[in-house]
Amino acid sequence: MPSLSDKATPNVAELAENAAPGKVRDEHVENAALKPVFFEWLCRMGDTTLILGHRTSEWCGHAPALEEDIALANTALDLIGHTQLWLGLAGEVEDKGRSADDLAYLRDAIKFRNLLLVELPNGDIGQTLMRQFLFDAFHYELLHKLTGSSSPRVAEIAAKALKEVTYHLGRSSELVIRLGDGSEESHQRMQEVLDKLWPYAGEMFMTDSVDDAIAKAGIAPRPRDLQDAWKTTVTEVLEEATLAPPDTRLDVHTGGKTGRHTEHLGYILAEMQFLQRAYPGATW
Amino acid sequence: MSKKQWPLWEIFIRGQHGLNHRHVGSLHAPDAEMAINNARDVYTRRKEGVSIWVVKSSDITASSPSEKGPLFDPAESKVYRHPTFFDIPDEVGHM
Repeated sequence: MPSLSDKATPNVAELAENAAPGKVRDEHVENAALKPVFFEWLCRMGDTTLILGHRTSEWCGHAPALEEDIALANTALDLIGHTQLWLGLAGEVEDKGRSADDLAYLRDAIKFRNLLLVELPNGDIGQTLMRQFLFDAFHYELLHKLTGSSSPRVAEIAAKALKEVTYHLGRSSELVIRLGDGSEESHQRMQEVLDKLWPYAGEMFMTDSVDDAIAKAGIAPRPRDLQDAWKTTVTEVLEEATLAPPDTRLDVHTGGKTGRHTEHLGYILAEMQFLQRAYPGATW
Repeated sequence: MSKKQWPLWEIFIRGQHGLNHRHVGSLHAPDAEMAINNARDVYTRRKEGVSIWVVKSSDITASSPSEKGPLFDPAESKVYRHPTFFDIPDEVGHM
């Protein structure tokens, strides 16, 4: 397994000290001109982890092995945890009184800003793990850069999430390698799903005006600047997995980040949001 | 098509304030590195440990229950093997 370089998160102790919302003065959260764009960017972060967390949780009780079932459930829980932080901050920035729950459960598909990659059906366990790996490799690079964000609130969320995602990436890489360099059947299946998911991976690196504005404010890197590091990790792992990276384009399917989704998102939200919309305001 | 079962591994975890690894259970995994990952996911969800050892179950040799008599009974009444005849001075403290 290619060893990940040791990237110590800067000032994590300081970030942890300032953890409670309201304690940290974050000028970006209060910047009126930046609000719409910052809100948009935060939704992209939180919606992606929400939908991927939800998709991963669909394996609970159905995974091929007990240990894998627990591991996938843990991964899903980590992602939902990130969602609470990202969408929570989004609600604060928007300043219209919407909580993370309101954003997750009461918006329609056209308002969601997640990547298309994460709303695709799970397929078999190989497809799920390949999707997880392709996303983890991007997520890890992004979070690492975000720990140095000019927004203290963003940096502290990233610092917490980075530990979990470091494990996610380690786990998904190991499994892709074992399945790719496994039996004839597992190798063939993994190559098929790699070919299938590759055209969706490019959306992770698409950079539009929202990304530009957020990058200018120093809050986050431009997605396209993460592509080289991602390519390096992916190439190394796929090589060890004896899988061939497709020579087709990465960015065939896009639109998720601006609200143009596949039909799959509708079904996901119908299941995920039913309870909150049928019984508004219900609590345990 | 043969279905090969992943080998079974015994899992030992040392807690944050513990001095030794304790046996917590077993799980299946294709190899040692995956066994550690699985143990992390299955047995340390509630911060039960900071160190994991995994051992293939087939590498463990255990005493047989039928040999309990000859193996353990003779130690029953050998009081001279217990160090209880010393007067410990108070300054030494609890031993």
